[in-house]
Amino acid sequence: MRASRRFNFCIKSLQALALAATVCFSLGVSDAGSRFNDLGHRMMCTCGCAQLLGECNHVGCTESGRERSELTAAIASGATDQEILTSFAAKYGATVLAAPTTKGFDLVAWIAPIAVFGAALLGTILLVRRWSVGRTQAAQASGSSAVDPEMNPLREKVRRETGSGIDGGF
Amino acid sequence: MATFGSFALLIALALAAYNLLAGTIALRLIATGQPARISPERLADTARRAGIAGFVAITGAAFALVWSVFTNDFSITYILEHSNRALPAPYKFAALWSGQEGSLLLWAWLLGIYGFVLRLTHKTDVKLYAYAGTILAGVQVFFLTVVNFAAPPFALMRGAIPDDGNGLNPLLQYPEMVIHPPLLYLGYVGFTVPFAFALGALMMRYPGEKWIKITRGWTMVTWLFLTVGIFLGMHWAYAVLGWGGYWGWDPVENASFMPWLTGTAFLHSVMMQEKKGMMKSWNVWLIFTTFLLTLLGTLLTRAGLVSSVHAFAQSSIGTWFTVFMGVVLAVCIFTYILQRAHLKSDHHLESLVSRESSFLFNNLVLLAACFVILWGTLFPILSEYVQGNKVTVGPPFYNRVAVPIGIFLLFLTGVGPLLPWRATSLRAIRRNFVVPSIALWGTVIVGLAVGIQPWKNGSFDTGNFYALVALAMSAGVLAAILSEFLRGAGVISRQTGRNLFTAMYLLIRRNTRRYGGYIIHIGVVIVVVGLAGAAFNRSQESELALHDKLVIGPYTLECVGFTQDSNPNYNSEYALLDVYKGGTKQFQMSPEKRVYLASDQPQTMVAIHSVPGWDLYVVYEGSNPDTGQPIIKAFLNPLVSWIWAGVVIIVFGTFVALVPSLTPSTAALRVPATRTAPAEPVLKGGD
Repeated sequence: MRASRRFNFCIKSLQALALAATVCFSLGVSDAGSRFNDLGHRMMCTCGCAQLLGECNHVGCTESGRERSELTAAIASGATDQEILTSFAAKYGATVLAAPTTKGFDLVAWIAPIAVFGAALLGTILLVRRWSVGRTQAAQASGSSAVDPEMNPLREKVRRETGSGIDGGF
Repeated sequence: MATFGSFALLIALALAAYNLLAGTIALRLIATGQPARISPERLADTARRAGIAGFVAITGAAFALVWSVFTNDFSITYILEHSNRALPAPYKFAALWSGQEGSLLLWAWLLGIYGFVLRLTHKTDVKLYAYAGTILAGVQVFFLTVVNFAAPPFALMRGAIPDDGNGLNPLLQYPEMVIHPPLLYLGYVGFTVPFAFALGALMMRYPGEKWIKITRGWTMVTWLFLTVGIFLGMHWAYAVLGWGGYWGWDPVENASFMPWLTGTAFLHSVMMQEKKGMMKSWNVWLIFTTFLLTLLGTLLTRAGLVSSVHAFAQSSIGTWFTVFMGVVLAVCIFTYILQRAHLKSDHHLESLVSRESSFLFNNLVLLAACFVILWGTLFPILSEYVQGNKVTVGPPFYNRVAVPIGIFLLFLTGVGPLLPWRATSLRAIRRNFVVPSIALWGTVIVGLAVGIQPWKNGSFDTGNFYALVALAMSAGVLAAILSEFLRGAGVISRQTGRNLFTAMYLLIRRNTRRYGGYIIHIGVVIVVVGLAGAAFNRSQESELALHDKLVIGPYTLECVGFTQDSNPNYNSEYALLDVYKGGTKQFQMSPEKRVYLASDQPQTMVAIHSVPGWDLYVVYEGSNPDTGQPIIKAFLNPLVSWIWAGVVIIVFGTFVALVPSLTPSTAALRVPATRTAPAEPVLKGGD
């Protein structure tokens, strides 16, 4: 009964959180200034300085001023973010976009890190389990527990007194 | 001097080649026990002495180049292209590494220094050092071949010798540039030493794990150099490039970060080998990979494979590095296959929730971060190969992919020290995690209350979200580490009757490696707090007439003058800005734009006023050609100084970790046991 009440409370709390998040995310619309800032950080300056358009301000830059004016005009014209990015890519080439798109081969750029990280995480978990299981099976095969929990206080004491905690590393 | 320098480099190459050849023959004779006319031990010793003499020869060459810079010997092409008469003396030193040829000579010289120290201390373990010295000689032969034949720093001018040189790249005319590259190179080059020891130990089937203890100091010092080098580079980018940031995920920045990540992973996982005899193959490959990544970094910088703000050092020697990397990889794979039986480990874990597992996950995350950065750095090349056009992989990519991994790593930084070796109980987890959890959630609540809201302005702000998570996680980790310190110090204090500070000192002295590591973690947390501040950067730009004002945050900048100046090295324009806060004048700033005469290149000189809360960062962007008035861009960058403070703590922690711990006997002398140890484990979750 008590467990059931606790479960219901958790469900209600999660629902309340989800509702709060939805309300927060749907509040208001982004203004032109924040769109300029956002898009300026999704494109590169084309002068070769390897800086984001929104951050390029080096002396003598011949490109960033013009690109910024074009961006301001595009936002004012009512184009969507995607339309603006596409038009810039068409005019200046794909390198004007500060990150690969999520289409075609570019998608591989995004998927590969996640796939590798996921596979490595899974591999590590399996490895840890295998090493743990191997240890348990070896202990069972030998007919006695490799680690007797009752010996733990003594083991701690030995460790302290033999100084294994002094130069034994982390 | 050019002749002397060239000759010294040739001699150095001959000596390194002899070191490699004689060392290899001697070690082969020792390994096989074949009878020979000359004693293999004596032959190995001649190889060692050749290595020492080689260092003297390279030092001679480096001296010749520096001398030529100071004496304005423009008959040498390198000096002509990277120096001029009016260049201030400190930057004349910087000319040594400002170009391709000089920086490769610097690499060879630093490798010579490491080799010199290694060969002088060979009595620690004569055979292992002989292997390491010979492998080091192999690497040295490569670099000296390159500087002798592919990128000679003493190549002479053809035709009439100009009266003055082209000058140093203006980007490099900044105080940090006198120390950043050498420190970074000390880090890069230094990883050759643990690599040589690891490969040598594998080749000779070194018994036990003692080689790890021998190389530990080398690895930590190298790691320290690389860390400081990277952060100095960040500070240089912050103060010189004038865009208000310090890390742009530039390929060359990435190239320095990748070996740092694998080196850090090695420093952690090597403890598993020392304490448990586990992960031997993994550790060997980690250090091999770290060395290969240092070469890749150099290749990326030099070969122009990817576009970078560090393009000043590009040339066509990429092929040399590609071939050398191939050779090194082949040697590593061949040796590993031949000797892999020697690396058989006794893998066993008692629990998924233990210090051992946390090290495994820590390695996983560090390697994943390294992969992401390598992938992002090389993807433009891959894209060009596959679809025929390059793409840019810039900050938005890394912010989305690498930042979450970084936050996960930060989480492990806090969790790891709280988990004991072998296994833990649910009760112990609850007990150890209460304080960090309170700190974490407390920070979230405070953060939300002061306005760090990811859903501000109706849209999800990723920067704010990451900043909030990073700050909360930092608080949790800091609480975890500090509670570890306090718990240990409390026990010692109870045992000895000393006050908490003395107990803390004794605690650290008893296990410098462990607590030095924790101090480094504190430094990392402080750096993360500083990085999180970037989410709240603000900027204002305005053209300022005399007495015009620009307001940013709590500051009001009033233009009180703009003028020009000139000296033999550059012409400059600058503005004088009085800075007011709360209506009171606080200080004056003078951002500047210079045009260097020798190269005719412009450069900004940013004015920075730094306080713990933020940096006021002011850039002179130029003057309006119509009005002649300065255009000023001001940034208010929160918490930047925390980054630099964090680095200082990291350096301190590394020094602590390098100091030998008190042995049980000396510890007993220093800490008289006046009371019996309590039943509670002294250092929970630690030893």
